[in-house]
Amino acid sequence: MGKTIAEINGIKDKVINQGVEDKKAIRIYVHMGTCGIASGATSVLTTLRKEIKDNKFKGAKVITTGCAGICSKEPLITVALPGQEPIMYEYVDDEKAKEIFSSHVVGGKIIREYAFLRGMETQLEERKKNNGKIEGEAVVDSSIPAIEEVPFFAVQEQRVMKNRGLIDPNNIDHYIGRDGYQGAIKVLTSMDSAEIIKVVLDAGIRGRGGAGFPTGLKWKFAAQEPDGMKYMLCNADEGDPGAFMDRSVLESDPHSVIEGMIIAAKAIGAHMGYIYCRAEYPLAVETLNKAIRKARAYGLLGDDILGTGFDFDIEVYEGAGAFVCGEETALMRSIEGLRGNPRPKPPFPAHAGLWEKPTVLNNVETLANIPQIIYKGSEWYAGIGTEKSKGTKVFSITGDINNVGCVEVPIGTALSTIVNDIGGGVVEGKRFKAAQLGGPSGGCIPLAHIDVPVDYETLQEYGSIMGSGGMIVITDDKSAVDIAKFFMEFCTEESCGKCIPGREGTKQILNILNKIDSGRGEANDIPRLEELASVIQKTALCALGKTAANPVLSTLRYFRNEYEEAVSKNN
Amino acid sequence: MIHTITNFFTDEQISALDEIIDAHKDKPGSLIPMLEKTQELLGYIPECVQERISEKADIAPNKIYGVVTFYSFFSMKQKARHRIQVCLGTACYVKGGKEIAEKIEKDLGVKFGESTEDGRFTYEKARCFGACGLAPIILVDGKVYGKVALDSIDGILSQYE
Repeated sequence: MGKTIAEINGIKDKVINQGVEDKKAIRIYVHMGTCGIASGATSVLTTLRKEIKDNKFKGAKVITTGCAGICSKEPLITVALPGQEPIMYEYVDDEKAKEIFSSHVVGGKIIREYAFLRGMETQLEERKKNNGKIEGEAVVDSSIPAIEEVPFFAVQEQRVMKNRGLIDPNNIDHYIGRDGYQGAIKVLTSMDSAEIIKVVLDAGIRGRGGAGFPTGLKWKFAAQEPDGMKYMLCNADEGDPGAFMDRSVLESDPHSVIEGMIIAAKAIGAHMGYIYCRAEYPLAVETLNKAIRKARAYGLLGDDILGTGFDFDIEVYEGAGAFVCGEETALMRSIEGLRGNPRPKPPFPAHAGLWEKPTVLNNVETLANIPQIIYKGSEWYAGIGTEKSKGTKVFSITGDINNVGCVEVPIGTALSTIVNDIGGGVVEGKRFKAAQLGGPSGGCIPLAHIDVPVDYETLQEYGSIMGSGGMIVITDDKSAVDIAKFFMEFCTEESCGKCIPGREGTKQILNILNKIDSGRGEANDIPRLEELASVIQKTALCALGKTAANPVLSTLRYFRNEYEEAVSKNN
Repeated sequence: MIHTITNFFTDEQISALDEIIDAHKDKPGSLIPMLEKTQELLGYIPECVQERISEKADIAPNKIYGVVTFYSFFSMKQKARHRIQVCLGTACYVKGGKEIAEKIEKDLGVKFGESTEDGRFTYEKARCFGACGLAPIILVDGKVYGKVALDSIDGILSQYE
């Protein structure tokens, strides 16, 4: 039997008093995203559980959460004793876990040497307001950096990832305790389609998959279609190499995406939804499936949701390894069980999408924003960001940088803030050359423009794109031609083969790049590259083809000298 | 006929395959999940298996072949005992993934998509598992090895016989 709204609200109150944030209990949080597990978090968890059992230590709660954000310091655990500030430990292994258990958990003595910081990310706002103090939590060792003093966390603004590091993604009650499903309850009990769409339009949120199309507008088009079968889809086919924001959201807070889909479904009048997730993300698929089953059991999915008369259910559809399936029309073909070939638009999916029915496809991050927009209102949401782009954007920063991880910042934050403050700058002994954004469809921002604000329009002006959020920091030991070659190789291999510009054009560009790189380049190869790139931009069938030449154009724009040098060797 | 399914698979395998086909065949759009389950069961999807699916589920064989060859997760060749995947996503690439790939290719004498002659390793290229914080990474039988150095590869592979 499903739950009633009153029961859901009862769970919320109970969790706040006794659950994840139970301040009277000893809590050990083990942060277990894919990165953490690959670094050894599972073994750390087993060790901690064994220590608790062997020592017959009662009263300690072990909570497994998703990714804590800063992958380069994994495995991470957080220990919180009643009345004291929580302590996060970095690079934990089995031995360290045993020591931390006996010294800190049992003995109350923090191991300074292994400590990364004090405080939790979810307390960040409050700590900033109160000069680093949390009521009822004593500072035990002030020599450990406080979280608001650690630039990686201090500069971030957590909205999409507000629950990371705190809740167990497999525990729906934890999500409910953090205002979860309040947005869904609001739309199901008191809002009609037009009202929901108005709030989303007023919030000004734009699609986080990369293109930046206003989400509310997409919904409006689908809502205007006559009643009947409609589909609500979530694009979790995060294929850009170097991008893992969506994986992090799915593994840490799957219910935020499910709730976003319920709200969207109500807005457009859909009763069936699919989450298309790439098969390279087994943990995300498993977490989603568990979350969906739990939501069904609570009556938050299925027929007559929470007794409000609205029906909506979700299935996870696992991809089979094709980059092009991140393109919306290709993704729909793939769910239909066909080759993932894109098709020309129009007709747009809002009119004829999956099985030719009106369909809305939103990205994971877009959907994860929706519950809070509804719950807290459009004004709250639009309070940060730029004039044209509201809210935050999640980036995964990787490459030759000190702090690799997932970061969420207000749109319009300077690139230098992300790279130097949050990212901690490039690794020792190297120099920043460029940040590559938007993967194979994107471009570079070089050192000369590192202070530009990161928003859709500015990045485009500088020859890059916002993209889905992959940000790779490249240092001056990498050649621009090599970077261009890397992306072009990717595009040739991942081309679906349907249109000639996408299939043959990319291959010809790669041939020229290989020729230049191997020292056989000729002077007219550079204008030839530019000509080919512009033809592909104008003629390819889908967005992936149209943008495939961007990495070449952008490296040519900023590092033309490297191309010229390579060519001149031969003349 | 040499391509007859019974020359490649046991009766148990074939009846398990039939169960997969029956469980999926009446649901629209279920070809890809059906093929995923099939590959999980048999390890690969050669022509004889595609033919059986075609007959039992009443799907044109060219459509099945088209899907199997489109998606990189499907294979028509039998895999070796262990599967090495070298990530060549952007983060791994800039952190030295290419050098790792070159070393494995040289040591094992294989190229992407090939298996070693002794049937020990199948060697594949992968595009980002989202564990970029550990770049460069390789996966062996799905287990992630992070921050792989060139001189640690032998030690990793020696664990798999």
